[in-house]
Amino acid sequence: MAVTRHEALELRTEEQVVRVRQHARKWAAELGFSLVDQTKVVTAASELARNTVVYGGGGQVRFAALQEGVRRGLRLVFEDQGPGIADVELALRDGYTTGNGLGLGLGGAKRLVNEFEIESRPGRGTRITITRWK
Amino acid sequence: MERIPILKMGGFLLVTIQVDMHDRLAMQLQDDLTEMISRTGARGVLIDISSLELVDSFIGRVIANIASMSRILDAETVVVGMRPAVAITLVELGLSLAGVRTALNVDKGMRLLRTAVGCEPEEPADGRDEA
Repeated sequence: MAVTRHEALELRTEEQVVRVRQHARKWAAELGFSLVDQTKVVTAASELARNTVVYGGGGQVRFAALQEGVRRGLRLVFEDQGPGIADVELALRDGYTTGNGLGLGLGGAKRLVNEFEIESRPGRGTRITITRWK
Repeated sequence: MERIPILKMGGFLLVTIQVDMHDRLAMQLQDDLTEMISRTGARGVLIDISSLELVDSFIGRVIANIASMSRILDAETVVVGMRPAVAITLVELGLSLAGVRTALNVDKGMRLLRTAVGCEPEEPADGRDEA
């Protein structure tokens, strides 16, 4: 699998969450994703970007365009140095929230992409990697 | 401060969301709308989201909140113009927007509001002398 292009964006404010969505939209469109697939990956990016800002205390997101044989994909890696997630399995469950959201962000984002990986260490931070293939 | 404009048309309030909203802006719209319903006594709210390329769980929650709050304030809310890709994504995300009335376009939304409220969106006839 080859990374054909990559870029990192800072993620500390609500405005930067919007910027990440717009960026994800642009990359997905350039990779030739269908409108529905673009919308899914952008929505997943929006959920995770908000989590990075609100729960992770800010961090960054790394974009990568992937090529594996004939298929192309978009990978996003969200990283923060926040408090981490104590119980990942619980956090992925619909309706579970430690904030005042709906608790759909993590589980919902997972359903919207093809690959979802979460690494979190309490007190050290969280890294979530999502990939959507065309 | 940045704000989404709310138009008053007869007894209804109209909102067209044309920007990619950050969370504070969405919350501001929720506050402004509820304040305006109570101030104007509007019986219906029409929210046009045909320009929105994305509705995530936060924006979805704000839309659902607006519908619940306006109902408590005796106004009906109709959300119109949701893009098919947005609808597909919302359902997969796990958000059904239960309790939110929707219509395909502004025309149908206005018709739905008039039926729900049982009146025309114009001011009463005796209000015609107003500027």
